[in-house]
Amino acid sequence: MTTMNTTTEAAVSKPAKLTSKQLPKATPWIVAVASIIVAIVISLIAFGGFNIPVVAVLAGLINAIAVFAVSASYEGRRKAVDRIATTIVTSTFVLACVPLISLLWLTVSKGGAAISGDLLTRTMLGMKGVLDQQYVAGEATLAGGFYHAIVGTVLITLAACVISIPIGVLTAIYLVEYSNKNRLGKAITFLVDVMTGIPSIVAGLFAFALFSTIANVLLPGAAGIAKTGFTAAVALSVLMIPIVVRNTEEILRLVPMDLREASYALGVPKWKTIVKIVLPTSVSGILSGVTIAIARVIGETAPIMVTAGFAKTLNWNLFSGWMSTLPTFIYDSQLRPVSPGAAALASSERAWAAALVLVALVMVLNLLARIIAKVLAPKAGR
Amino acid sequence: MPISTQTTESGPTGPGSTPESGQKPPQSPAPRQQKAVVRPGDRIFSAATLIAGILILVILAGVALFLLAQSKDTITAQISDPSQITGGKGFFSYVWPLVIGTLISAAIALIVATPFSLGIALFTTHMAPRKLAPVLGYVIDLLAAIPSVVYGLWGIALAGNLTGFYLWLSKWFGWIPIFAPAADGSVSQTGRTLLTASLVLSIMILPIITSLTREIFLQTPRLQEEAALALGATRWEMIRMAVLPFGKSGIVSATMLGLGRALGETMAVAMILSPGVLTASLVVSGNQTIASEIAQNFPEAAGLRLSELITVGLVLFVITLLVNMGARAIVARTSVKGS
Repeated sequence: MTTMNTTTEAAVSKPAKLTSKQLPKATPWIVAVASIIVAIVISLIAFGGFNIPVVAVLAGLINAIAVFAVSASYEGRRKAVDRIATTIVTSTFVLACVPLISLLWLTVSKGGAAISGDLLTRTMLGMKGVLDQQYVAGEATLAGGFYHAIVGTVLITLAACVISIPIGVLTAIYLVEYSNKNRLGKAITFLVDVMTGIPSIVAGLFAFALFSTIANVLLPGAAGIAKTGFTAAVALSVLMIPIVVRNTEEILRLVPMDLREASYALGVPKWKTIVKIVLPTSVSGILSGVTIAIARVIGETAPIMVTAGFAKTLNWNLFSGWMSTLPTFIYDSQLRPVSPGAAALASSERAWAAALVLVALVMVLNLLARIIAKVLAPKAGR
Repeated sequence: MPISTQTTESGPTGPGSTPESGQKPPQSPAPRQQKAVVRPGDRIFSAATLIAGILILVILAGVALFLLAQSKDTITAQISDPSQITGGKGFFSYVWPLVIGTLISAAIALIVATPFSLGIALFTTHMAPRKLAPVLGYVIDLLAAIPSVVYGLWGIALAGNLTGFYLWLSKWFGWIPIFAPAADGSVSQTGRTLLTASLVLSIMILPIITSLTREIFLQTPRLQEEAALALGATRWEMIRMAVLPFGKSGIVSATMLGLGRALGETMAVAMILSPGVLTASLVVSGNQTIASEIAQNFPEAAGLRLSELITVGLVLFVITLLVNMGARAIVARTSVKGS
């Protein structure tokens, strides 16, 4: 910036051309439309028909080449490379949206077609293959339901919250307020990071191993009783704690030091400063972090499968007997249909209906997290 | 600091503190007087947070310990009579095809997902219109929010559509071992192969790698970007000169975290793949991953089989632990330099 004067002098002595030729703004769009048309024509001639994936791939390739050619001939090579990079980067995003849209569409259309109030309020109690065969033959309505799975999901997730929120939030408080970056604090931070990477099925195996070891000690030979809803909740906590810690820690670090110092200056003890000043300031962030964590673990399947089994009927007791959750219900229905063969379709429809409920639940939780973050945010002028 | 001497012993300064002040000086030497007041509430609260922190260490140690404890039967069987183990040839010949299958599927997922993630991260940080960028980021985050079991359901529903593509691959690229057709020239009829599972996996790890790299790209020093543009660089040249070199190690660690996720992802593979023996070709049925092997067999397992599966889980735990620790080490090294 200090050399400003010398550069202006140079510019005066020899006027340089500051602009170069540029293509009109609409050019990329025109090229894109043209290449789609060419791709369709090629598909019709060479591939014998209109094939969407083929057209899409061809159109993408032709578009990239055409953009490069047009730009290189008019604007020069560097600008052409820039344009082709922009095209490629943009298309990665568009391509990534394809599976998302396809998945959501399939869930809404298949699940929406199958779902009914009965499915939401009934369990699989007394379910027989004959009922599904009658449904597929068009003689009866879709039997069964997943009320038990909804109850299981709610109970297990709540239990997981009860375990992991206090541990997670207190650990985050320790890391931010007490550890002073000592060795223990660093070790915890590192291990929390490592814990985020634990495969969900390993968390499930851990909870199962823990409780079957305990069960073996208390009642030798009764390892089977280790599969309960509570075991599943412990498995989910292993997955949930690191998320809660990370999110809470991040938020607590955002609380201005001034607030704490002002509180100390008034003679307020440290713990009261944390409880009355730091936590209320960051409550919106903590709650939204917790909601995100719930949304993450509510869709977990593998840890529930190995810890709570597959229940067919309603079970309100977390501490005894198998339980079912929406994800395990989906897995079980799809892979082990009530009636094999053609009537497996009925099980598949129940699975899709449950998937719709699950996806809706997760989306609502994610949305809720955003709303909490906005609504409860401290109303300080920033 | 005469006032603090009064508070060290008897809490807040009260009206009756003057007579006591005479006893103080001999009891507490000068440096101690500066110490802050510690109330019982403080002790309890800090102890609670400390216990919570230590609990995390305990949990992680517990994961390893209890898995090890439950693997005891497998280990003794392996030592006394290896033919008891599934497959009849001992634990290692049982587990290595699973490890290879896991590594192959994770590698494919990574190869597919990484370029896409980089592209999306660049798009949302540097190319998309400013106002749209957060919305677009949210769209990609939605991919992460969808439960894995729904991905599995989706994969099963669409796997059949890939058979045409696989037939085409095996016809033109059959000379590459991974695309080789079966002996009679056919590929999987259902499309439920390891390649399908890996492609679904790649979609599942895409949002993780994307969100990590996006954060790295956002941290690029603004002045460097502007300097590059001011010198006449095009946007792509600016990205190549300023953004990518800055984010290089971040990209590596993001990829490794994605790898850790792909290694441990269970449901998509367990639902989509129809498992079988280890084969080089990915377009015919066969192969199996660790997580999927556990998920598919655990519900019916008992006795030694149960212990075997837990041991296999321990192997998976160790592999992902190493990968994640490696990734975190890279992050830690670079964040010291960066900040």
